[in-house]
Amino acid sequence: MKRALMFLPVLLAVAFGIFLYAGLGKDPQELESALIGKPVPAFQLGALREPDRTLTPEIFQGRAALLNVWGTWCPACRDEHDDLMWLAEEEGIPIIGLNYKDNRNAALRWLEDLGDPYQLNVFDPQGTLGFDLGVYGAPETYIIDPQGIVRYRHVGVVNPQVWEEKLAPVFRQYQEEQP
Amino acid sequence: MRALMTCLLLVVLSPLAMAQSGDTGGSQDLYPLESTEKQERFRNLLDELRCPKCQNQNIADSDAPIAEDMRNEVYRMVQEGADEQTVVDAMIERFGEFVHYKPAFDARTALLWLLPLIVVLVGLIVVTVVVRRSARGPGTDSPALTEEQRRQADELLRR
Repeated sequence: MKRALMFLPVLLAVAFGIFLYAGLGKDPQELESALIGKPVPAFQLGALREPDRTLTPEIFQGRAALLNVWGTWCPACRDEHDDLMWLAEEEGIPIIGLNYKDNRNAALRWLEDLGDPYQLNVFDPQGTLGFDLGVYGAPETYIIDPQGIVRYRHVGVVNPQVWEEKLAPVFRQYQEEQP
Repeated sequence: MRALMTCLLLVVLSPLAMAQSGDTGGSQDLYPLESTEKQERFRNLLDELRCPKCQNQNIADSDAPIAEDMRNEVYRMVQEGADEQTVVDAMIERFGEFVHYKPAFDARTALLWLLPLIVVLVGLIVVTVVVRRSARGPGTDSPALTEEQRRQADELLRR
């Protein structure tokens, strides 16, 4: 009995080591969105291209789509732009943009120069919808299902690898749900 | 040596100086509130809420744009008379449990909350065992010294 007790510290140390080792590879910056499984927060904002048109969460109804948060002030958004073009043009993925805390003219010029992968852009100069979504660093990309429910969030740049490994599996699952 | 003393003195006194300037400056000028009770609530909330971008700072300390947005929203809610729990819930709804420095007690956070208690209990058990053992007195673990050994020990110590 006493002899068994002597091994207790070793066992504890090993268990602790396994616990810490498991945490090593994790990225602490990666947070799961609090909105997973919930509808897109209510909003009434203008469209980027048509200032008079008011957009609401209705725009997410009917098909699975990506919601991409971007701004011309965000260098990483520039990095992922070509990959978003690829997703929209080659893969036929519907992408809705959320132009976050940006300037309308700068944003329009950006789309003019670099191409426009978005079906539609919500113009959010104050960042109100971004705040309600819990956006803490652009670019962020959300998967919204055909009922307008948030299913996944990716913080950071989308590239072909991220798409294949993280986004596509979730996206395809909800794409199949379409009537 | 003198430089060292000055350094020490500065370190000791600086929190005092900061506390004094904190009374007049800081958040109160930027975010005026009509009652001291609301000011208190506002300040507590800024301390308790964590910036999602700069993860080791609360939203009072952080300069990230998101922390500023959060400060503004907390300010708006406190101004409208929301109590602390309402504000915290509104933030958790958007950013997750992560933003609160005092997470709720549930299955996921049980270990976090209980660990200090567990560590103290283990410590108490260890201390009790050690004390019990030594209370059994000499003779069991370490036999008393003979007269000869004691003389040798004294000699060694005197050197």
